Amino acid sequence: MNFIKKLVLGAATAALLSSTALSAELTVYTAVEAEDLKRYAAEFNKDHPDIKINWVRDSTGIVTAKLLAEKDNPQADVVWGLAATSLLLMKAEGMLEAYAPKGVELLDKKFVDKSTPPTWTGMDAWVASVCYNTVEAKKAGLTPPKSWKDLLQAQYKGHLIMPNPNSSGTGFLDVSSWLQIFGEKAGWEYMDGLHENIARYTHSGSKPCKLAAAGEIPIGISFAFRGAKSKAAGAPIEIIVPSEGVGWDMEATAIIAGTDDLDAAKTLVDWTVTKKANEMYNTGYAVVAYPGVAKPVKFFPENLTEKMIDNDFEFAANNRGAILKEWQKRYDGKSDPK
Amino acid sequence: MSTQADALTIDDIPGARIKPKLGRDDWLMRGFIAMIAIYLVVALALPLYAMLSKAFSTYSYDLTQFEFQVSDDQGVFDGKILSAKALNDALKIYSESDLSAGSGGRLAVTKLFPKFSFRSPKLYRVRGTSDKAVYLIGSERHSGREWVELDSNKFRRVVLRPVPSTGLSNFSTYFSTPALVNSIKNSLLISAISTIITVTLAFAFAYSLNRSCMRFKGMFRLIAMAPILVPSLLPGIALVYLFGNQGMLKSFMLGESIYGPIGIVIGSVFFTFPHAMLIISTALAISDARLYEAAVSLRASSWKTFWTVTIPGARYGLISAAFVVFNLVITDFGLPKVIGGQFNMLAVDIYKQVIGQQNFEMGAVVSVVLLVPAMFAFGIDRVVQRKQVALLTSRSVVYQPTPNGRFDRLSFAYCTLVAIFIVGILGVCQYAALVKFWPYDLSLSLKNYAFDLMDGGGWDAYRNSIKMAGLVAFFGTVVVFVGAYMVEKTQGFKYGRSLFQFLAMLPMAIPGMVLGLAYIFFFNNPDNPLNFIYGTMAILVLCTVTHFYTVSHLTAVTALKQMDNEFESVNSSLKQPFYKLFMRVSVPVSLPAILDISIYLFVNAMTTVSAVVFLYSSGTALAAIAVLNMDDAGDVAPAAAMGMMIFYTNAGARIVHLVISKFVLKRTQGWRAR
Repeated sequence: MNFIKKLVLGAATAALLSSTALSAELTVYTAVEAEDLKRYAAEFNKDHPDIKINWVRDSTGIVTAKLLAEKDNPQADVVWGLAATSLLLMKAEGMLEAYAPKGVELLDKKFVDKSTPPTWTGMDAWVASVCYNTVEAKKAGLTPPKSWKDLLQAQYKGHLIMPNPNSSGTGFLDVSSWLQIFGEKAGWEYMDGLHENIARYTHSGSKPCKLAAAGEIPIGISFAFRGAKSKAAGAPIEIIVPSEGVGWDMEATAIIAGTDDLDAAKTLVDWTVTKKANEMYNTGYAVVAYPGVAKPVKFFPENLTEKMIDNDFEFAANNRGAILKEWQKRYDGKSDPK
Repeated sequence: MSTQADALTIDDIPGARIKPKLGRDDWLMRGFIAMIAIYLVVALALPLYAMLSKAFSTYSYDLTQFEFQVSDDQGVFDGKILSAKALNDALKIYSESDLSAGSGGRLAVTKLFPKFSFRSPKLYRVRGTSDKAVYLIGSERHSGREWVELDSNKFRRVVLRPVPSTGLSNFSTYFSTPALVNSIKNSLLISAISTIITVTLAFAFAYSLNRSCMRFKGMFRLIAMAPILVPSLLPGIALVYLFGNQGMLKSFMLGESIYGPIGIVIGSVFFTFPHAMLIISTALAISDARLYEAAVSLRASSWKTFWTVTIPGARYGLISAAFVVFNLVITDFGLPKVIGGQFNMLAVDIYKQVIGQQNFEMGAVVSVVLLVPAMFAFGIDRVVQRKQVALLTSRSVVYQPTPNGRFDRLSFAYCTLVAIFIVGILGVCQYAALVKFWPYDLSLSLKNYAFDLMDGGGWDAYRNSIKMAGLVAFFGTVVVFVGAYMVEKTQGFKYGRSLFQFLAMLPMAIPGMVLGLAYIFFFNNPDNPLNFIYGTMAILVLCTVTHFYTVSHLTAVTALKQMDNEFESVNSSLKQPFYKLFMRVSVPVSLPAILDISIYLFVNAMTTVSAVVFLYSSGTALAAIAVLNMDDAGDVAPAAAMGMMIFYTNAGARIVHLVISKFVLKRTQGWRAR
């Protein structure tokens, strides 16, 4: 009797313990591609089966807007995979919990917030590139561009598409990189010229590349990751890395201040900086935060890493409003029906 | 004495004014009105108020809140305190308009120090003069009144943050930005053109259906309703496949680009057509045959009969349809987003402000601008309604068309053309969904249906959508029809009813995106007792019912208007409670309309995007949002595939609806036929 009682009690305690252990649930906001998300969660749960991840996935702009709108009553516990530029906005609002994940010192400094303790840590970089549809270009009699400046040539008039920086993070990344590469004055002059050649601006950053892949337009200014994926899907495109250098942003991770379960959040963020996690990021992204991990990704241009400019995220974040205003004044007003 | 008595008016004599006594019924009905009005206030007015106050909440740099000290070259401070305001007043660096900002604004401090060099050995101190003052050093957030000492290289990274206040400066910024103001003109133009085209086409179609004896009416009606079954951005996708640079019929464009006004108008006509058709058809369906008999016996030509009987009879429906279409087009953002190209429209501006720039205040301002056409539409509706008389009296006879060879053939040809257009658009989408890699690999595959590998929530999103649509259809129909009945058939209580009518009209004018945002601001406020529904299915249902309230309400009202108020008079003189009449006469007579409302709500809940894009959470992703996200990411073929899944689901629901309607019509509408 006593033995049975003990057994029952033991089983009940075990059940109780395991149920409390399983009870940790984190709401994680992300802009990571949907096809990668399930893999990320599965890999994480191999090491931490006790923490369940509830993804809220959307494009960078929507996730950012959502987080900012929820500023006073945050719903997210962790952000895993959102542009660092967006996280900088949240940092300025005091929305991020400063935390140095275990092993953060092993990461490339470029990928870690400079505050101590850091408020966010980078995962991987997405790098601007030009997607060039060889079939359609040939039909239109175009020669492949080698540099950003080449895109000003008259032969590309109406054959070029880029994301609108007012609605796309990639678009803003391009604009801010041109301003950094060419300097402010020459940067705007460059865009004046480019505007003459642009067929239209899209709202999303990956769309120009997908449109190029579908032959809807010969040249799309987009990012390398997208180009590689479309190429893998069989699209007749080349990914061109302009010689002046390319802008980039990183996907990053942060804990939202005010999370219900700080311990679980820390466990997750600790895991996101591990070598294992970085190897996981590497399946899609050629440049990751953990040095020495990255293996070349199929269809990714090889010289990409050296062409990444020394991006000043602070410049980008603190001048974003002014740059967008200027861009809108110059190009959005002109974009009337002809 | 007597002169004083003469001066008395009737109002001064107690009890002299005849005031109808309020019975239990009246109180009950007022209670119902109040309940549904409260629903509309909570689900609509209060969130909108939260949104409006956002439009007037401005951000500006308060220079009086920041102070600096500058050391000499040896790093010694002389204790002189410089206020940012005094510096700016002396140097006139920043103008008044420079100082008003969005919530995310930053103001560089070093511009206030013309001789500043980041290489100088000078040291700087900065502090706020109130606890509210916030500044950034780099990306680090600082606040408070403590002096912070920085070397010049650090000091160049200091930027000020704006403080919130209220005022009109958002509006002045809006109207002084040509890119934004241009959208007003663009939106009005596109909406007007689309409205004229759609209402004309829809009227002709509805007229053919109701007044000819052509064959296949049922099929035509079914096809005409098809566009309502898909998200508004789906025609955009089809148009890209048809007329885009790789389009099948590109040569038809004669060198014009489909990306822009042309694409928006064609797509708008497609997705608004059933809305207009539904309203006009309802108006045409129950016209009094006695008027036509009179016209025949007066030997009026059919042309004259058309202008003196048909058009006046359908007037209310036509005007309703026109402003429904106008508002649908002007508030839709999915279609211009997919196919609008460079052409800026107001609804897309909201998207750009909110999603692209996270500038909620400016988004709110654009929505206020969008509210103006709604107010205008509301005004027209009031005027028209006052002139409207009940067409279906208790003595009416339903019009039955007689065969007329030439007219029937013409009707048939016209309806076939429209049907080809509609089926063509859908067919192209289905084809696009099945092609492996347009235009390079035209082999067919189902790989675009592997939604779980793409953005948007996968097959779970699809299941969620069905669940939500069911809930919306049930609760929405109950609320809408009861509300419409109460507001149409109660006596007195004029102001309450006007307010109700106003609230019921309002959702049509509210772009879904604005409603969604308004819901975030209202329901995500921790002080709101309804905060708990945030992030649940309930808020999606609430938002969707509210978003589609107006057309459902108009359908119900149009049906109820055609029932003479004499029914009510007879009922009350027979001393029957109103709910008996409601359940035994009003509901059965209006059953076709009630079924139409529920199917309307169901399919719109399946297709809505903008209203819920801000409100869904991890467990409640929706299919239509998946379409948007997949298209946005450039996964156009999977987007088309998911769009067609929505179509088939809605088509299935329509078929169920049709079967039930047939059965119900037989049971309850037998009296209509002679």
